[in-house]
Amino acid sequence: MTTSTLLGVLLPVVPLAAGLVGLLLPPSPRGLNGDGVDVEQRARRAAITLGVAGAAGALVLAVALLATLDGPAEARTTWVDLGGLRVTLGVRLDGVAALVAVAVAAVALAVQVYSIGYLKRGPHDDVDVDHRYPPYAAQISLFTAAMLLVVVSGDLLLLLVGWEVMGLCSYLLIAHDRRLPEAPAAAMKAFLVTRVGDVGFLLGIALLGVSAGSFRIADVLAHDHASGTLTAACLLLLAGVAGKSAQFPLHTWLPDAMAGPTPISALIHAATMVAAGVYAVARLYPLFEAAPVALTVLGVLGSVTLLLGAFAATAQDDIKRVLAWSTVSQIGYMTGALAVGSPAAALFHLLTHAAFKALLFLAAGAVIHAVGTTLMSRMGGLRRSMPVTFWCTAVGLGALAGVPPLAGFWSKDGVLAVAQAAALDGEGPTPSWVGWLVWLAGLVGVAVTAWYATRLLLRTFLGETRVPLARPHDAPGTLRWPVLLLAVPAAVLGLAGFAAPFADRLQPEPLASPEHPSDLLPAEPLVHLTPSIVLPVALLLLGAGLAWARWRRDPAADPAAALGPLRPVFAAAFRLDDVQHALVVRPVRALARAVRAGDERVVDGAVEGSGRAASGLGAGLAVLHRAALPRAAAGVLAGALLIGLAAVLIGGTA
Amino acid sequence: MSAGGVLLVAVLALPGLGAAVVAAIPADRAARLVGTVVAALTLLAAVPLAAGDRGWFAWSGAAPAVRPWHQFDVSWVPALDLRFHLGVDGVSYPLVVLTALLTLLCCGYTLWRVPAGGGSGRALVALLLVVEVGILGTFLALDLVLFFLFFEVVLLPMYAVIAGWGGEDRRRAARKFALYTLFGSVLLLVGVYVVVAAAGTADIVALTGGAGLSRNTQLFAFTLLAVAFAVKSPLWPLHSWLPDAHTQAPTVGSVVLAGVLLKMGTYGLIRVAVGVAPEGARWAAPVLGVLAVAAILVGSLVCLAQSELKRLIAYSSVGHMGFVLLGVATLTATGIQAALIGNIAHGVITGLLFFLAGAVKDRTHTGALAELSGLRETAPRLAGLLGFAAVASLGLPGLAGFWGEAFAVIAAVEVGGALWTTLGVLAAVGGALTAAYFLRLLRQVTHHRPSPAVDRLTPTLAGAEVAAWAPLVLLALAIGLAPVLVLGVAEAPVDALVEVLR
Repeated sequence: MTTSTLLGVLLPVVPLAAGLVGLLLPPSPRGLNGDGVDVEQRARRAAITLGVAGAAGALVLAVALLATLDGPAEARTTWVDLGGLRVTLGVRLDGVAALVAVAVAAVALAVQVYSIGYLKRGPHDDVDVDHRYPPYAAQISLFTAAMLLVVVSGDLLLLLVGWEVMGLCSYLLIAHDRRLPEAPAAAMKAFLVTRVGDVGFLLGIALLGVSAGSFRIADVLAHDHASGTLTAACLLLLAGVAGKSAQFPLHTWLPDAMAGPTPISALIHAATMVAAGVYAVARLYPLFEAAPVALTVLGVLGSVTLLLGAFAATAQDDIKRVLAWSTVSQIGYMTGALAVGSPAAALFHLLTHAAFKALLFLAAGAVIHAVGTTLMSRMGGLRRSMPVTFWCTAVGLGALAGVPPLAGFWSKDGVLAVAQAAALDGEGPTPSWVGWLVWLAGLVGVAVTAWYATRLLLRTFLGETRVPLARPHDAPGTLRWPVLLLAVPAAVLGLAGFAAPFADRLQPEPLASPEHPSDLLPAEPLVHLTPSIVLPVALLLLGAGLAWARWRRDPAADPAAALGPLRPVFAAAFRLDDVQHALVVRPVRALARAVRAGDERVVDGAVEGSGRAASGLGAGLAVLHRAALPRAAAGVLAGALLIGLAAVLIGGTA
Repeated sequence: MSAGGVLLVAVLALPGLGAAVVAAIPADRAARLVGTVVAALTLLAAVPLAAGDRGWFAWSGAAPAVRPWHQFDVSWVPALDLRFHLGVDGVSYPLVVLTALLTLLCCGYTLWRVPAGGGSGRALVALLLVVEVGILGTFLALDLVLFFLFFEVVLLPMYAVIAGWGGEDRRRAARKFALYTLFGSVLLLVGVYVVVAAAGTADIVALTGGAGLSRNTQLFAFTLLAVAFAVKSPLWPLHSWLPDAHTQAPTVGSVVLAGVLLKMGTYGLIRVAVGVAPEGARWAAPVLGVLAVAAILVGSLVCLAQSELKRLIAYSSVGHMGFVLLGVATLTATGIQAALIGNIAHGVITGLLFFLAGAVKDRTHTGALAELSGLRETAPRLAGLLGFAAVASLGLPGLAGFWGEAFAVIAAVEVGGALWTTLGVLAAVGGALTAAYFLRLLRQVTHHRPSPAVDRLTPTLAGAEVAAWAPLVLLALAIGLAPVLVLGVAEAPVDALVEVLR
């Protein structure tokens, strides 16, 4: 085992250990008599130490891995062998894995530090907010470990372990806040919707594993699958990807997941969960490339998701929901890039998105922390009282909208450029109409994103204050520093696209085979400085300008009023929740009730009925046997006669 | 007699004699203590069964499909050619250890708390030990008639456990349990008779592979045996004794019932029905597969509409055993291994679930889901453990339940063809439904504000509870992370079995 693979193995193990130990800390000292507060403080300190140490350790390991890894590396051992199907326990490392691992660990560390201040009992809290800090921090560690496992895993089933443990951790963390009545339902929805997608994911893995005779990713990629099997498997995998990465039609859980504490939203949206789906597709990209039908489906779903999320974000009043829908939309850019044949562009956007979305959520958390509400209609004018948060948010929103030269501009331009190439020149594995779809949706998305980003900034930080609380102020150090530090990559990470070491790492490792000598393929540039770059910038100005003009006319009013009759439709995200409820939830519930009734009345009824029939028959026969002497005597005589007759008849014939 | 033979006899004799001793000791607490010690000794005797030379048959020319690591074989009733033939191999060993472990945990639990409802604690412990003898004997018997006898030994003591220490409606539930499973036993008896009469031997080692049985005999015997084991497993639609028995049984009764008693059915199906009548198994496999998937779907849908805690867990067993039976029905090495690990995982996890459900019910005096909420506020440890058990049960990868369910699906996909692929897809959908009802359960019981019944709980757990639950929690984690613990020993015998199925 080389240094790199050892680092890769340790990467998920370190936060996992921190998480498991953290789960053993006393979860709640309430009810312990005596020094309850003392115990609570001690447990909290231990939890903070463990959580921060786990994330920091993972970050150090990830950076070391990035520094030492000089080519694809793999280490594995057999985990279990089930009737000829081998499951391996191993890591598969490449430049992409190292970069994504750094992003995951960095965001996790920011979230761990931020949570120290965010989940602290404040003077306004009537209920003790944070007396379950130890499980909270431990669950973040587990979440990080699970995502890192997905990142480094060299086996599809091992990947599935991390994949689903992430679903569990999101469930636990979204339900953390006891004061929100909607939190348990939101948590359940998050786990269940992704789990429904995972039905497909498991079946896809089953098809691939059975076809290749192994679940090792390298074996699966190298195996020559039948095209029908491959297409079916890729389509099934997409179901899981759609669930985890919140793609239409399985995106419905993500906005509701805002019921979780804000740092958790940052974790889910920036580095874990939603990134996992895109990463998994990029990891298995050679399979998808050979199954253009699956990529076409992905392109259509991605485009729909992109626009759906963008339009839904325009009409939200809850600042976290605006950001949530923006995530849905931005992931649409990534899946779109995958569909038109450029995993590198998708991963580049994934990394910049991780930086600016974590920044935006943590900054929004600072705002929420200060004003005690998530509704933008009760904010406004916070620029003066919270200058640090304002500027950080401005950077984050600029990156989100794609203002040059912030990070999002370059990565989004990369996506649009490959989509344009696919549309105009027919490049990429999918038909050119998919390229057109992704490109046009991406361009419309740029304008809409600029519009809602501007609206968010204006509604929250500018204009007259609508804040009920007297003096909002910038957040304390534990909240401020993660935000400030995240602002750096959100601003400049895009420029890394010009740096060859970075860009090369994002390119997929070419499969070294004699027919395709890898050095003949020129590396595709990540950043495209072509005249067509003017188009998104113009659309950006158009969207931002429209929102700004509307706000200038009436700073007190919500620019979303411009949407007119569409506003409630956008606010409800095209009522897809209701559709899901009507088409899935209610029928399943009705079916469950019917099956229960059927099982109890018909299946068990038959059993109980046979029991009753037997005892009834017995009782009837018993009655027949109770008789007065004359009838009984007559019966005996008749019986004797019958037996005698039978004896004579049988004896006579014999 | 070899050391292995001594251990085999000890594993049965210890609890048998122990039961008699426990019943004879007048002091209640002392008797329970003795019972617990006996159960611990039994576990100690069972664990080293894995030691020894496992390859001793490998060099013989015609290796039989069942190759026990240790055997104990004496003539029993010479006139009827009955033999007292015990043996252990990789298929039965994990189940033997699980049985010994769960019995020990139940006896230890009884040391701390005897269920209210009438009977004395020492009688309960004695009955548990008798049940253990029956279950262990079933797993160890290598003679069909002996297998049948042990299979039947379990019935009456279990009836007494439910009827003596159960809930309000215990007599009806116990009667239903006894009569329904007796119906299965009758079929088993006939099946055993058919096989023994046709083959002229009752030796399972000789019978495995269907040697000497005509096709028609095999079809007939398999039908009888499969229905008999389907009642015990239970396989939909022959399951309706289970919810009643579980709901009414005391905590330890439910744990033994779900944890190992049901496994007699699946074990019998693999070892006896499939082993003795492989032709019949191949013939009936599609039917078995369809019923297994029906069990998965019906079980989880009923759970989704269920309103009582223990009843919900009981129905969840129907679904989980559906996965096990689906694995068996594929008749592939992957599927049968999935069934074996699914068996063990279900025993561990559902045993834990019933312990926890019992703890909740004992504390709140209600099992109605509508009256339970907010458990994590007043009893976070208990809520956390319930969450862990539920998550393990819904098959989270990395925990024990995952392997059996995922690989039952994968095995069905592996068999291929329209029917089995459809079955695999439906079973996977059942996995999502399983998640749905467990999340519904957790949301109802652990989240929100505490209900009046939950509000008065204290967060502490008794030492006996922790001692009984901790091994199960650790096992669920250990088997999930290292499935080799179960499958390592099972690989060779399963391959041998699949060999004769070809």
